[in-house]
Order: sequence, then structure tokens, then C-alpha cells
Amino acid sequence: MGNRRKLLASLAALLSFILSGVVSASAELNMRPGVTETSQSAYDLHMMVIWVMTGVAVVVFGLMFYSFIFHRKSKHPKPATWSHSTKLEFVWTIIPFVILTALSVPAVKLLIKMEDASKPDMTIQVTGSQWKWHYKYLNEGIQFYSNLATPRSQFDEVGKEGETKGENYLLEVDNELVIPVNKKVRLLVTADDVIHSWWVPELAVKKDAIPGFINETWTKVLEVGTYRGQCTELCGKDHGFMPVVVKVVSESDYKTWVENKNRERIVAEKAAAEAAAKSWDMSKLMALGEKTYKDKCAVCHKEDGTGTPPVFPGLKDSAIALGPVREHIEIVVNGKAGTGMQAFGSQLTDAELAAVITYERNAWGNDKGDKVQPAEIQAFKAGN
Amino acid sequence: MSDHHPTGIKRWLYTTNHKDIGTMYLWFSFVMFLVGGAMAMVIRAELYQPGLQFVQPDFFNQMTTMHGLIMVFGAVMPSMVGLANWLIPMMIGAPDMALPRMNNWSFWILPFAFTLLISSLFMEGGAPNFGWTFYAPLSTTYGPPSTDFFILGVHMMGISSIMGAINVIVTVFNMRAPGMTLMKMPLFVWTWVITAFLLIMVMPVLAGTVTMMLTDRHFGTDFFNAAGGGDPVMFQHIFWFFGHPEVYIMILPAFGVVSEIIPAFSRKKLFGYSSMVYATASIALLSFIVWAHHMFATGMPVAGELFFMIATMLIAVPTGVKVFNWVATMWRGSLTFETPMLFSIAFVILFTIGGFSGVMLAMAPVDFQYHDTYFVVAHFHYVLFPGAIFGTTAAVYYWLPKWTGKMYNEKMGQLHFWLSMIFVNLTFFPMHFSGLAGMPRRIPDYNMMFSDFNMLASIGAFGLGLSQLLFLFIVIKTIRSGKKAENKQWEGAAGLEWDQMDTPAPYHTFSTPPKVS
Repeated sequence: MGNRRKLLASLAALLSFILSGVVSASAELNMRPGVTETSQSAYDLHMMVIWVMTGVAVVVFGLMFYSFIFHRKSKHPKPATWSHSTKLEFVWTIIPFVILTALSVPAVKLLIKMEDASKPDMTIQVTGSQWKWHYKYLNEGIQFYSNLATPRSQFDEVGKEGETKGENYLLEVDNELVIPVNKKVRLLVTADDVIHSWWVPELAVKKDAIPGFINETWTKVLEVGTYRGQCTELCGKDHGFMPVVVKVVSESDYKTWVENKNRERIVAEKAAAEAAAKSWDMSKLMALGEKTYKDKCAVCHKEDGTGTPPVFPGLKDSAIALGPVREHIEIVVNGKAGTGMQAFGSQLTDAELAAVITYERNAWGNDKGDKVQPAEIQAFKAGN
Repeated sequence: MSDHHPTGIKRWLYTTNHKDIGTMYLWFSFVMFLVGGAMAMVIRAELYQPGLQFVQPDFFNQMTTMHGLIMVFGAVMPSMVGLANWLIPMMIGAPDMALPRMNNWSFWILPFAFTLLISSLFMEGGAPNFGWTFYAPLSTTYGPPSTDFFILGVHMMGISSIMGAINVIVTVFNMRAPGMTLMKMPLFVWTWVITAFLLIMVMPVLAGTVTMMLTDRHFGTDFFNAAGGGDPVMFQHIFWFFGHPEVYIMILPAFGVVSEIIPAFSRKKLFGYSSMVYATASIALLSFIVWAHHMFATGMPVAGELFFMIATMLIAVPTGVKVFNWVATMWRGSLTFETPMLFSIAFVILFTIGGFSGVMLAMAPVDFQYHDTYFVVAHFHYVLFPGAIFGTTAAVYYWLPKWTGKMYNEKMGQLHFWLSMIFVNLTFFPMHFSGLAGMPRRIPDYNMMFSDFNMLASIGAFGLGLSQLLFLFIVIKTIRSGKKAENKQWEGAAGLEWDQMDTPAPYHTFSTPPKVS
């Protein structure tokens, strides 16, 4: 008896553990209705199918369990001998057909509505690349990259203690996509390298970003707020680390944001031009280079420059980092076709490019001792 | 009738006996099941809590890729071929498979194919890391060097499958005992014939896909490279033209298995035999026109989306017929619940749950919310684990007495069932929730809002993995020291193998054709 009680107690403990898990997680049990008309219709359709399926399940499983109880050998020793009924079989071919037809009507309507991207108020081009998003506002002249903002030290815990994780762990970016509320925003989705997929659950927008092709989708958000999603198509090593964050603001806030963004751009361009115009000394180049390297390059080439060959070659003792400067600039600025090496010419300022190249030629025991100045980058880009 | 054959390793290397080959297929698939399962354990350990504790993202991707490939091509498909080898000649009253030497070859290709595939884990750059669906250009331009080993491995598996399928078709159409008309064949034979036709139709398509990958990678073609005028989406069309019938290849033989077992333990004939055959054939035909429902997010024209949505929803009709027929078979039967029956009942219930989520996924406007999330992972594991794998497990328990002449321990079998049943649901049911909450599939790390359900799924997975070792123990114990089984071990069993054959089944099946009533 003692044993049985122990077993029951441990079963109860397991059950309460499972239930507590379910209850504490109840907020995440179901799809969220979201903040667009289409997401709410999708949610309604989802709930409708769930209830229809639950109804079917209750009937089918109910009959089965009735059979388990009342048609078991001990209660029903003599089995029936029939094994065929055209009438019944006809009925249970027709019933699912009718149910499915009924379900397909709202689905067809909603699908046609979702795929109608005509008459937008504004258009943004969304480009996926390993492993970040690029947003280009086609009418406003604004463009920027959107990178994961969660520091690596929060998730890389292999063999070490990770830092405390924030609330939006892995779902936060440095630059959110900002759009105005109640405006039909058309999104042109494409990719630079492999296929990605741009998804924000609360918007019910999921569209594959395919290199060489442009997909069209749209959203019209009804509520101001910040909405988070992720890349949903396996796109390589850091597929799990390229979130999508959309910040929806009022129309006036949006106008202010556009103005600020344009002003910032002018200031940044001026600062970059000034930085590029002057001659940098080694220590400054190395300092900026190290920062840039850790931000942009270490994700593939590793902080210690060893990379993960052969897909992401090491830079320590490499032919590029120890070879002619021009080839080194070439590969960083223009990338290398057919590999994961992106063109950083437009992602970084000339000073950052010069610094990071200098850093790669002089870090981890690489000992070229040469400096690359921003002016050299400018000259390279100009084709000299 | 002598049972003359070489002994030791030569028996297995040279054998042309359908039972020996079936045995090798089954053991091979079980080994692969454990290897693929071990990879699943790595995945679930990493996903036990947020943060990267055990493996780096690239290795995680290698694990998800290899887990999928090994389970699909190494565990599920060979297990079905193993059952076909053992059972089809016994069920149709044939002396052996029609093409015994080819049978030997089609098995012996497999260990080499999987050695190639698994060896890629130890290569520079690691194993394939682009998912079992290997979408271009991630697998072509961006694939690791070991991708070529993967391509060669897939070619070899394909050759093996095609030969296995040809053998089934030739055997069934030429070697049935007199009186065994097509519409008298056990349903398992029917489902396997239909599966074999699917295999012959789509395995060459898979071979074409990987060949195009190979030439894109090394010989300058641009089938899937947009920069050269190719189309990465075309890859997905071709892949899923193989891939969707492939899911029915994995499940139809299991339909056949439970259609044998449920009548036996209901002590009542299978309800609606001919509608079962027609339903299986309709599922197979429909499976050729639904492939792009895997691609609703790729930006297909709305007309295409509508077509594939409606066609996919239609599959629920013949599938429903099958489920209703199984229920009607049990209705007013005289039921007992031995281990094979328990696994078959769980198959019907849990596969139906996978069918429900399948109907949900078919509906394009909501599929945008489900696609590539854990909801999909939950869906296809519900049709594969309690579907295909419970089906095979039920078959092993049901026919093991006939194969070995010994009876497994019923208590242990039922313990294995209940552990599997509890843990399979604990593993895969929570995945519906994490998917609906917005967790994408194939990610090594996640936000804390997904952590409760991931922890539950991981606990379930460890339990599920361990319970399968119990299965191994039970089978070995039966072979070594099981009690003697009777010629007709199950009261309600029907068919040539039970009514007209000794236990254990003799080495050579039906040297003279049996009488079929």
C-alpha cells in the first residue's frame, strides 16, 4: 500500500507540475488576434476551424470510447457479423465534404482579401540577408539595417554563465521598422542571399524573401504599439537571431520620425565625410576597427579571427588579410559572389571600412603593420 | 523441404530470402531510429530552456537536418519495406518476393548510403545544415562541402526505394496464389502496392532535384540560382512534388497495418473493405496535386493558392472514410486490448488529431500564421510518430509471434505502450501551443514566453526516447526466451499467414500454393 501511495503522490506531483506549466503559460496557449483586420479575420477563422474540428473529434472519439466500454469482449462476447453498408459509407463521405465546403467559403474570401495589395498609402522595400533585415522607404528616401539588439553574451552560454535575459530577449532590434497607424503599407519583400521569411504574428503577414524575386504583401495596422516577430525560413547559422520588430506610431509621430531620420542622415553623412577626410592614426583605427569587427564580422569570422572553415574562413594568418591591401578592400567593400561574404561598402562608413580592414591586418598576430585610411576607401569606391 | 542456406555473416550478405531481408530492413531501421532519436535528444536538450547551453547554432542546424533525413529515409521508409518483405509473400500465398537478388541489393545499398550521409558529421564544415527539405540556394551556393555526400547518399537511398517498390509490384501482380484475386488481398498488401506506385512516381523526381543541385554546385548550371536566370522557388515545386506523396509513402503502409490489427482484436471483419481500397487510391492520387500547400508563403498567385487549398482540404474526405471505417469495424465487435490493438487504437486517435491540424494548415489564410512554426512541427510529428512509428510498432507486436515462434511479454508490451502514449503526447502536444504563440521552427534559442512548453516537450522527448529502449529489450527478450507461440496466436486473426502456416513461419514460404477460399 505504501508503494501505491507513493506512486499516487508522485503522479499527482507530476500532474500539478504540468498543470502549473499550462496555467502559467496560458497567455501563450493560442494564436493572438492581432492588430489588423486580416489578422483578426484569420484568428476568427482559426477559432472556427478549431471548434468544428473539436466537434468532429467529440463525435468520432466518443463513438470509439463507447465501443471500448460497451463492446469489449467481457460485455459483448458475440461480435456482430456485418462488415459493409453502402448507405453509411455514402453518408460519411458526404458529411466531411459538406463541412469542408462550408469551411472553405470564408477561407476563400479572406485569402482574396489578404492578397489584394492594391492602392497602398506608402511602400517599403524589405530585404533579408544573413542575418538582418534592411528597410527602404521608397517615397521618403529613408533606409537602414535592422539587427538583433540582444547582446551575444546573453545567449551564448556554452561552457559559461549567460547574462540575465531581458523581456524582449531575441525579439529586439537596433532599428525598428516604423510605420503610421491606419495606413495601408505595401511591403515589397526580397532577399540578397538565401530565402528568408518576414513574419509578424500580430499583423498576420508572412512572406518569403526570395533572392532575385520581389514578393508583394501589405498591412494596415489598427493600433499604435510595438509588434515582434521573427524570420521563419531556415536561412543558415543565425536563422534564430534575426527578429522583425515593427513600431506603429500615430501619423504625426510618423511625420516627426521621418523628419528626424532625414536630419540624422544629413548629420551622419557630414560626420562620415569629415571622418573620411582626415588622416587616422593607428590606435584610433584599431579601436574603431575592433568595435566594427565585433559588430559585423565576428558573427561569422569569430572574435579571435579563426572563423568556422571552410564555410566561413578564418582571417588570422589568411591570404587576404596578409596579402595586397587592394584585394582586401575589394572583398570587404564588394563581398564575394556565391558565398556568405556580403558587400559591406554600403553598410559601413568609409572610416569604419578603413578601420576594420586595418584591424584585420593587425589583430590576432597578423602583423602587416599597414594602415588603411578612409581616403583609400573613397578612392577605391570611385574606381581609382 | 530443406532449409539449406549459408550460415554466419554469409547468410545475411548473400541472402535472397524475403524473411532474412525483411529482418535486416527492420533491424536497420531500428538502428537508424535510435541514431535519429539521439539527434532529437540533442535538439530537445538545447531547447530545454532559453539560451545556448550545449551546442552552437550551426551544429543545431546539422542536428535538425540529419534527424529529419535519418528518420524519413533511414527509419520510417526501411521499416515499411521490412514489413512488406516479411508479410507480402505470406499474405498472398507466394513462395518469396519476385526478384530476390534485387531484393538483396536494395537492402545492402542502405548501410552504405547512410554511412556516407552520417560520415558528413565528421567532415570539415560539418554535416548538411539546411534542413531535411534542403531549400536552394541555402543548400546549393551556401551548402557545406559535405552536401555532395548528402546528394550521393540520397541517390543511393532512392535507387534502393525504387527497387523495393518494383519488387512489391511485380510480386503482387504475378505471384498471388490461385484464387487470391486483387479484391481479396489483405488491405496491407493493397496499401503497399499503392505506396509502391507512389515511390516509383516520385523517387526519380527527388533524384532529379539532387542532380540539379549537384550541377548547380559544380558544373556551372543555374537551375536554382536567380542571378543566373534560375529560380529558387522552382526548387520547392520540384521538391514538394516528391515531398508530398512522400508523406503518404510513409503513412499508407501503416494504414494497412492497423486495417489488419483492428479487425483481429474486434473479432469482426474490416468494415467497408472496398471503400478502404478506393479511399487509399484516392489519397494517393490527390497527393500529386496538393504539393504547393507547403509553399503558401512563397508568393504564389492567388489562383494557385486557391487551387492548392481546395485540393488539400479534399484529402480529408477519403481520410475521413478510413477513420470512420476503423471505428465501424470496432462498433459492436468483441474487443480485447492486447499491445498491438492498443498501438493501433492510439494510431487512429492521434493520427486523426494530426489530420485535424492538417485541415487547419490547408486553409491558406490561416496557414500564413501556422506556416514554419512549431504548429507544423506538432502536426507532422503527430502523423509520423503515433502514425507511422506506432503503426510499425503495432505490426511488430502483432506478427512477432508468427515470425519468431515466440510470444512477447504482454505486461511489458503494455507498459511500453502506455509510456509511449503518455510521452508522445507530452512531447508533441505542447508544440501546438508554442507554434500558435509564434515560435518559428528550426531555431536553437527562443524568447522566454515559449519556455514552459519547450520544457514540457523536452521532458516528454527524453521519456519517449528512453521508452523505445524498452521496446528493444522486449523484442530481444522475446527472441531469446519468449514462451512458445501458437500457430494462430490471436483468436480473431485472419489471413493465410495465420490460417495456413506454421509458427514460427518456415524459412521458405508456401513452396506449394495455399488454397484461397
